Amino acid sequence: MKHLLSTRDLSTEEIVSILAMTDHMAEINSRAVPKVPALRGRTVASVFFEDSTRTRLSFETAATRLSSEVMTFTASSSSVNKGESLRDTIETLSAMGVDAFVVRHKSSGAPQQIRQWTDAAVINAGDGWHQHPTQALLDAYTITRNFNELNSMNGRTVAIVGDIKHSRVARSDIDVFTRLGAKVVLVAPAAFLPSSLDGWGVSTADSLDDVIGVVDVVYMLRIQRERMDAAQMPSLREYSSLFALTPERAARMQIHALLLHPGPINRGVEMIVDPSLVPGSRILQQVTNGISVRMAVLFSLLGGDATTTLQNGAEA
Amino acid sequence: MITSGMSIVIRGATVVNPDAMFVADVRIVKGVIEAVGDALTGDIVLDAAGCYVSSGFVDLHTHLREPGKEEAETIESGSRAAVLGGFTAVVAMPNTDPAQDNVATVQFVRERGRVVGLCEVIPSGCITIGRLGTQLVPFEQLAEQGVTLFTDDGTGVQDALVMQRALMVAKRLNLTISQHCEVASMTVGAVMHDGACCSTMGVPGWPSAAEEEMVRRDIQLVRMTGAREHFMHLSTKGSVELIRAAKAEGLPVTAEVTPHHISLTDELLTGFDPIFKVNPPLRTMADITALHEGLVDGTIDAIATDHAPHAGHTKEQTLDTAPPGMLGLETALGVVNTAIALAPQKIAALMSWNPAVIANISDHQGRPIAVGEPAHIAIWDTTTVWSVSRDELASRSTNTPYHGMELRGRVRHTIYNGQLVVQEGKALA
Repeated sequence: MKHLLSTRDLSTEEIVSILAMTDHMAEINSRAVPKVPALRGRTVASVFFEDSTRTRLSFETAATRLSSEVMTFTASSSSVNKGESLRDTIETLSAMGVDAFVVRHKSSGAPQQIRQWTDAAVINAGDGWHQHPTQALLDAYTITRNFNELNSMNGRTVAIVGDIKHSRVARSDIDVFTRLGAKVVLVAPAAFLPSSLDGWGVSTADSLDDVIGVVDVVYMLRIQRERMDAAQMPSLREYSSLFALTPERAARMQIHALLLHPGPINRGVEMIVDPSLVPGSRILQQVTNGISVRMAVLFSLLGGDATTTLQNGAEA
Repeated sequence: MITSGMSIVIRGATVVNPDAMFVADVRIVKGVIEAVGDALTGDIVLDAAGCYVSSGFVDLHTHLREPGKEEAETIESGSRAAVLGGFTAVVAMPNTDPAQDNVATVQFVRERGRVVGLCEVIPSGCITIGRLGTQLVPFEQLAEQGVTLFTDDGTGVQDALVMQRALMVAKRLNLTISQHCEVASMTVGAVMHDGACCSTMGVPGWPSAAEEEMVRRDIQLVRMTGAREHFMHLSTKGSVELIRAAKAEGLPVTAEVTPHHISLTDELLTGFDPIFKVNPPLRTMADITALHEGLVDGTIDAIATDHAPHAGHTKEQTLDTAPPGMLGLETALGVVNTAIALAPQKIAALMSWNPAVIANISDHQGRPIAVGEPAHIAIWDTTTVWSVSRDELASRSTNTPYHGMELRGRVRHTIYNGQLVVQEGKALA
């Protein structure tokens, strides 16, 4: 594995192996001094052409805990505003000596293109509506560890609720969850589904009430208010009445069922219930796991002889 | 040094005419076909054994980019690309800067084409001022300048009433209105065909219905006005069916298809390479099959390239921000011949005879190979296998989707106005 551009680039075995390495990273993160020298001397550049403070901090924390140097580039304070092309930006940063680019971009496919212009590893930290592979890995990690099934989601049903069409999280999660054996049901109005679900291996439901009582995981997507225009949905109220997680709906969740959300939460839009009052909520656990998963990904791409350095680190 | 007074003999080719095909030598003197027969002699003898000789190709849909985007193409570089592809006439699309909505710009394009002198450059006119879809251009003034084909290509005329008025004027002046069919409200931000690939890739889709809805509307407007309308770059199965039905009804409609829409599918975009971004977008195998059927049964009248050069750096952007369009002139024959098996007369009909009629230039282009006819001639074969290299094209831009691909069939020599402009696949000027 040289890059992580899409979950589709990962074999199911590679997914399972990253989840297993995440267990090691979680153990490191539980120590009093959560830091190992595994990537000492390496440079990770977080290159965010679109703002995302939480994802950027998660990656940078992961890199720091592996003792990598971190270089931060954000479009708002950079030459992008002076009209520099994507290619020139990447080639310039590459020339400074970068081992891995962590890229967030508003355009689907930007990481695929960036790969052509650098020898460094490229990690997709979210591109347009396309992919957010580390989010899917941390979600799969959270679900499998909560259900104590390390290598699969066999027999589990996940409802992904919200704007599937415009969601990189949904595209990544669906791929990883289905390949780990889960059944996925998409709960969304027609305008929030892509035109084709060929090959996705999912079913659909057009009301949250139809599925809330029978699924093992309720995965709520963030609804972006700017998508609530006339062409997409008649009104926010209509959306919330059918698809928001209300206290009443949350009360109908199975006793073992988990509630996940990629954040940031839009309270009063897709989440009318206070998530801290939902016993199955693992939303903050997702954030914690995100650091461990990103450490595992960085280490897989940059770690060289993996086990030796990790163990050295563990002794340090 | 080749001078205009010299005679040129095309030796050993098969003449492709609408009424017959036969092996003969063809002699050209002073811009005119002077003799067709056996064992002709002349100052310049072109070996053409195994080739077909037909009237030069006519492209109904060429973006020459001059004036305005000379970093991508000029009338000179585009003319050279045209003749290398066997085209002796190209209809220059009006989405220049300034747009071809006024007499001065139209005169500039025609005059610049004449000075370059490699092929006939026929400026099209906009339908509306600035291609904004609201106010009609001065059709009569532009028609006096010899403009016979009007289009807002790059966008469709959204307002049905404006389009109806344009057709009414065109009917009175015996002009052709040529429509880029795209309902703009359905394609906001669209990057590629709205289907399975697009859904997985997470980019805004360009649904087939956005084309078909405008085809459907315009057929109704043709029915109402009785004017001729030409439908540009059909890309969907549904559009082919609509045009087929309109023709069966006897309506005066014609249609073109591009080489890329009959050879490439949306699956090529899964790597997010903007080289495959084009408008209308590459579609599916089912659409390609329908377009092939439309070519074979005569629903589609012409192959047109939609040659759309873009400077290299503009394609080094993300898929959503890169401009749509691909080169087409130099690869057209090879792509068509590789994509679908067509008889030589069908190829000549689709690439020369029919488009000459649609462009209203059939008095001097798309003529039979016969004594006394003007010498606008392409000499080509359907057997030479060659590999496309973007670095070897005459166009100023390199945005061909066929780089590295093998094509079968190539233009060997091109003669424009009696001048040898391409010999053995090389441009002479």
